[in-house]
Amino acid sequence: MIEGLLIGLSAAISPFNLMMVVMGCMVGTLIGMLPGLGPMSIIAIMIPVAIGIGDPTAALILLSGVYYGAIFGGSTSSILLNAPGVAGTVATSFDGYPMARKGQAGKALTIAAVASFAGGTIGAVLLMIFAPALSSVALLFHSAEYFALMVVGLSAIAAFAGTGQVAKALMMTILGLMLGTVGEGALSNMPRFTFGMMELQTGFSFITLAMAMFALPEALFLVMNPARAATGDSGKITGMRITGAEARSIAPVIGRQSVQGFFIGVLPGAGATIASFLGYAVERNIAKGAEQAEFGKGSVKGLAAPETANNAACTGSFVPLLTLGIPGSGTTAILLGALLALNVTPGPRLMIDTPDVFWAVIISMYIGNLVLLILNLPLIPYIAKILTIPRTFLIPFILFFTLMGSYLGQNNATELLILVGFGVIATILRFADYPLAPLLIGFILGVMLENNFARAMQLYQGFDFILERPMTLGLLVLAALLVILPSYRAYRARKRAEGVADGD
Amino acid sequence: MALDRWVALAFVALCCVYGYAAFFTMDDILPPILQRNPVWPSTFPKILTVLGMLVGLIVLFTPKAKDDPARDGTINLSRLGDYHIVQAVSLLALMVAYALTLRPLGFVGATVGFLVIGSLILGERRFHILLPVTIVAAASIWYLVQEVLGIFLRPWPGFLM
Repeated sequence: MIEGLLIGLSAAISPFNLMMVVMGCMVGTLIGMLPGLGPMSIIAIMIPVAIGIGDPTAALILLSGVYYGAIFGGSTSSILLNAPGVAGTVATSFDGYPMARKGQAGKALTIAAVASFAGGTIGAVLLMIFAPALSSVALLFHSAEYFALMVVGLSAIAAFAGTGQVAKALMMTILGLMLGTVGEGALSNMPRFTFGMMELQTGFSFITLAMAMFALPEALFLVMNPARAATGDSGKITGMRITGAEARSIAPVIGRQSVQGFFIGVLPGAGATIASFLGYAVERNIAKGAEQAEFGKGSVKGLAAPETANNAACTGSFVPLLTLGIPGSGTTAILLGALLALNVTPGPRLMIDTPDVFWAVIISMYIGNLVLLILNLPLIPYIAKILTIPRTFLIPFILFFTLMGSYLGQNNATELLILVGFGVIATILRFADYPLAPLLIGFILGVMLENNFARAMQLYQGFDFILERPMTLGLLVLAALLVILPSYRAYRARKRAEGVADGD
Repeated sequence: MALDRWVALAFVALCCVYGYAAFFTMDDILPPILQRNPVWPSTFPKILTVLGMLVGLIVLFTPKAKDDPARDGTINLSRLGDYHIVQAVSLLALMVAYALTLRPLGFVGATVGFLVIGSLILGERRFHILLPVTIVAAASIWYLVQEVLGIFLRPWPGFLM
């Protein structure tokens, strides 16, 4: 591990890569603060830049800096305006906004910065310990197990989608897999579902799909409902200091939530949002008496808990991506797509084939967290000015960056029409309350899933691999249980609700 | 019928089309040598069709749980009338126009046009700020893409170059 750390240090400390970390964190913080643009949209917009750099290490360092920055920027707008830019920072606004209303905006931002820093850094230590261990186990996997593992990942994403949403999430996953089959097939280079159109021969571009699924609907919603943006005066930010007593009271919270957040982040489909809500709930239950009553009214513990947890979870979500090559969240799915475009295949071989990429990313997580802390503490009153840009300027630019992102990927104007088409579909799906992240994850995993499936089928001359490899069978059973159990519970809950209604 | 069921119905219809292609038309052009393979290009789509139909029908026919009250700032279809639909649709049309004019007008012209008209649609009238901002933005983005990223973007219309 020491050797790896040295490799990573030597790669990450080069002036160019350091510049990438700083740039990524800056861009992420600035854009993440804007209402409606979450880390997924920002990373999707930054992908052409990352691919343009060409060096996978620098590109991944840039993108993870953007990711951290976006999460942090989201908490800034949660605290100052009660307008979370990202779902993962909604819990931050529960106590952050009341603190800002009490004139403690500066203190709230400091706590958020320190908690994020601690969560991210402790998460990176845990990643360093667990990722190599997991990846050495993953080396024993065959294509059959990979296929089964991806099925588990996809069904876990559906299972964590929330009550009553499991079937919808599953439907979106399958739609994503279907979109992934458009273009030349896995085995035979035979064009499939192209309807004779040359443009579809290579399949849909994942950047276009990512833009259409996340950035475009969000921008349209900002147009349709200006209240969503809630832009306005961020006020004067003073009094950044926290007292010793406050520091002592949040220290155990940060310790607990870093570990809990990290492990929630590792689970596919859970991610920063669930980690932050769960972290908030757990800390509220643990707190006693007056401290518990303070939650929701500007408690420092209530602010530190979700901030620590969401940053630790972001780090945790890199574990399945870097060790198994399976993204657990929409954001890591986009990162996976970017890596594939840069000719790096994440997975257990990553540590062996390109250790410099793997370790440089881990080292740059430390550096990124440090940069965010240094960047944010003194600069935040100035950065917050971006919240005052009028929406009449902001929205055309957001739309333009969406268009640019998908155009630069393919250099083809037809791509823009595909983008608008999918954007309209995605907006309708959002209106109908369908989750969109499973669609994108299904789309990106689809090709790999089919490749591994086809390889297993060829090795075992048919479906026998399911019965002959106990681990594959076990994983597939787990996948089925993951989907069936929540559906069964929802069914029973519905039956019980109906029974009560009849009894009235 | 609620919108999410219409979507589920559309999805089932899509599965039918997709499944028809996978089950009936796709294998016709498969070379005989590949037919001896245990897995065909159509195998995975066939599995997806069956799963998709199943899940689509489940979503279509599951009784709906009671609606939770709309949260502030979230998007809700029942309030569709309150939203600025015309602005959103015009911006979508503008995006299509941008896609069609990008080549004939060149990058700088199309982009300045897009940003100016986009702001006008949203109600911006301060041209003395709008024009300089968009022109500087379009030119600097062109410079970044062309010179820094090295991706070719034609800045002016074809007849000027």
